[in-house]
Amino acid sequence: MTSASIIKNPSNLRSRKIINSVMLTMCILAAVITIIPLLYIFFYTTQSGISSLNVDFFTQLPKPVGEEGGGMANAIVGSAILIGIGALIGIPVGILSGIYISEYSKTFVSTIVKFITDVLSGVPSIIVGIFAYGVIVIPMQRFSALAGGFALGILMIPTITKITEEMLKLVPQSLREASLALGVSRWKTTLKIVLKTASSGIVTGVLLAIARAAGETAPLLFTSFGNSFWQTSLDEPMAALPLQIFVYAISPYDDWHRQAWAGAFVLIFLVFVVNLLVRIVTRNKFSGNL
Amino acid sequence: MKLLTVLLLSLTLLSCGDKKDVSVSKPGGQINGAGATFPYPIYSKWFNEYAKINKDAKINYQSIGSGGGIKQITEGTVDFGASDSPMNDEDISKANSKNNNKILHIPTVIGSVVLTYNIPGIDKNINLSSEAISGIYLGKIKKWNDPIIQKENPDTKLPDKEIIVAYRTDGSGTTFVFTDYLGKVSDEWKTKVGVAKDVKFPIGQGGKGNEGVTGLVKQLEYSVGYVELIYALQNNLKYANVKNTEGEFVSPNLESLTKAAEQSVNEIPADLRQSITNAKGKGSYPISSYTYILIYENQKDANKGKVMKEFLQWALGDGEKFAKDLGYAPLPDAVVQKAKSIVTGIKIQ
Amino acid sequence: MNTLDPGKEIKSRKKAGDIIFENITLLFALILVGLVVYIAIEMFLDSSESRSKFGFGFIFSQNWDPVKEDFGALPFIFGTIVSSLLALLISLPVSIGVAVFLSEIIHKSLRTSISFLIEILAAIPSIIYGFWGIFVFAPFMRSTVQPFLSTYFGFLPFFKGQIYGTGLLTASIILAIMITPIISSITRDVLKAIPVSQREAAYALGATKWEAIKMALLNARSGILGGSVLGLGRAIGETMAVTMVIGNKAQIKDSLFEPAYSMASVIANEFAEASGSLHISSLIEIGLILFGVTFIINSLARILIYSVTRKA
Repeated sequence: MTSASIIKNPSNLRSRKIINSVMLTMCILAAVITIIPLLYIFFYTTQSGISSLNVDFFTQLPKPVGEEGGGMANAIVGSAILIGIGALIGIPVGILSGIYISEYSKTFVSTIVKFITDVLSGVPSIIVGIFAYGVIVIPMQRFSALAGGFALGILMIPTITKITEEMLKLVPQSLREASLALGVSRWKTTLKIVLKTASSGIVTGVLLAIARAAGETAPLLFTSFGNSFWQTSLDEPMAALPLQIFVYAISPYDDWHRQAWAGAFVLIFLVFVVNLLVRIVTRNKFSGNL
Repeated sequence: MKLLTVLLLSLTLLSCGDKKDVSVSKPGGQINGAGATFPYPIYSKWFNEYAKINKDAKINYQSIGSGGGIKQITEGTVDFGASDSPMNDEDISKANSKNNNKILHIPTVIGSVVLTYNIPGIDKNINLSSEAISGIYLGKIKKWNDPIIQKENPDTKLPDKEIIVAYRTDGSGTTFVFTDYLGKVSDEWKTKVGVAKDVKFPIGQGGKGNEGVTGLVKQLEYSVGYVELIYALQNNLKYANVKNTEGEFVSPNLESLTKAAEQSVNEIPADLRQSITNAKGKGSYPISSYTYILIYENQKDANKGKVMKEFLQWALGDGEKFAKDLGYAPLPDAVVQKAKSIVTGIKIQ
Repeated sequence: MNTLDPGKEIKSRKKAGDIIFENITLLFALILVGLVVYIAIEMFLDSSESRSKFGFGFIFSQNWDPVKEDFGALPFIFGTIVSSLLALLISLPVSIGVAVFLSEIIHKSLRTSISFLIEILAAIPSIIYGFWGIFVFAPFMRSTVQPFLSTYFGFLPFFKGQIYGTGLLTASIILAIMITPIISSITRDVLKAIPVSQREAAYALGATKWEAIKMALLNARSGILGGSVLGLGRAIGETMAVTMVIGNKAQIKDSLFEPAYSMASVIANEFAEASGSLHISSLIEIGLILFGVTFIINSLARILIYSVTRKA
């Protein structure tokens, strides 16, 4: 690129300066435009949600249609269970495949795995829902927490894999070499030195994946299905917070809307705290786009 | 290698499924049902009340639409389904052969589909003829002050505003009842659109479930939607008086629903699948329907079968008293007796 | 023999541990790959009824009629593509502005907190966007934005017709809000990868700040394109927020005020409820198309992004 193409009409300094300030102002404006909806959603949810956020919300079951009161206790517990199942699938697959990509990065297979991880992170969550319906709900002949957790687990994998890979790559090569030089085998080095060094980063990655899974609704529509009672068996349908928010949000009842806002507030709060935590732990170690 | 993994994965999943099948018959297991949104208010009331009487009876009901109820009971993913449109013969034989069982229709209450609207400035129930309703949903009547609507409402000044039409996006018994009625009163509807749980509407926008359509009507000014009566009542929405075959404009209520059902109670078939839309006789509300619980005759899980049987007997007896407050009509006595004898015939293995 | 050579034994033992470990990680990596392949196979098999009945015509047919069991995906493909492209069109200039603002304009001390706020925007669950969409944004569109557009730009076919509040335009704007953080953070990373020396050289030639930034943006264009494509991929697969505001009507209309439908939304609305096997199979085929499209788009995005960041 030559200077001529960068600086058009070099002689007309005044118009260039005007363009300069106009464009820079536009950039500031863009940032403002982006932040407004965030703050709006944030404050609106807080304002509409916090008034319905009472003890009942965390301890009571939903009331029958159209009756006031009740809470989302079973949905909160349900979400926790679903995420637990998801984590059991997502964490081992995510971390171990992340280790594979990072530590054996020269093979052809690892390139493929890395690529597929990126692809999986882009697969719409509704598709994962159909998949879980086909391979778990239909064979088991029932909607279940297991199917919902399985879907959430799949969605957690790419986030964990990628963060593990990034974190392991940040561990200085010299550390690995020092360990190997001491006669420690490679796998022990990876587990006890490399993984340990990167552990705080990986933990935050897992948290990030959990926060994301906690808000997923689409894959639960035809897997965990929802429940109006307490349920802890994994082979029964289970309530989930985002699912309950969805059902309440599209309902015509004002009281349900208020509760849905309360649920939304809980979710946003969770997302905020986790992201803040991630920020604090990783500081500026990396700025990946996950 | 990939194939191997796929194989491995499917094996793990399959074995997982097998393992879970064993636990199906554990005692105190929860009963799961899904289907119609039309009777959801009364069902959720029933399940809540019944859980107080029988501590073991945890009946979880998800209102996903009648189509969903039929689909999921056919797939066997739920213990019972619910639908406002009786299953057709093809669906029944599919469900029966797939599960090697026999599907039963248990009517529970009578409900009505109302045309609810949101017209700012109009606080009374307007009158709608079948011509007006089919015209609106065929997209031929575009404005609220169309002569066809206006002539039936001489005392009301209807606004010169476009009608926003709302319909159901999901497979819905409410849609079935509504289109069943339209098919009976309009040949054009019957040939152009058809009668089904899920049709291609010529105009309008969709909402999910009775809840969703009610939400749309509430949100959008100058809109009209068809929902089960209770959804309009609970939301203080206005709904139209509909012209019946006798030329009267009838409001949906306990009396007009019972009248509609009683017209044909003597002709009800043994399996109780009957349409009561466009019922004849004075005082009948023309867009009403029985709503059904769908359950298999042979209950493979003794515990669940027992609870369901007891629940259904309770619902058809004591349970019917909750119907009135929620805008449904109890079944005529003759139908209750027939329904109870079907429930008695449920076999527990 | 081995006993005579202890060193060798240790070496081989070490190797065994390494091999086992490597293979364990490999196994899990392959599970990941296997899952994606399995998803594709499952969807391909389950859509066979619809594929054999409608063939390629499925993609071009506008009809979605469960009564006559005649299904076509065009209205959903249309709704998905138009809403996503429109979202990208709205989001791209804003995202670039945000990226420039964060990397070139704002003081370092504020940068972290602002970029944190924008990252949070990316992490808000889509159900909340949808909820906010129906109760706050759609009424705002109905009362303010759409009347404005129809008064001043009503001569264009896009801004004609009845005003609902929900519809294609509303869905596009919500999608734009959702993808802006993705595109802007990638643009920022790509800008970071452009050596500072280039900008310094531009300044030395007498360029204004904007001219230097413009040059950097031009050099980073394939990375920015990659980020945009990634954002597009996210918009295409977005389900809940779109379902709640797009209006859910399978139709193709000129006006952006009209309700439309997207591929992901029709699956969310109808999948648990469709009782006909052809209906289900058609929904799965829509899922397969959606999967294919996002696969291609994401691959493209990654290749574009790698091509820039690797140079750095």
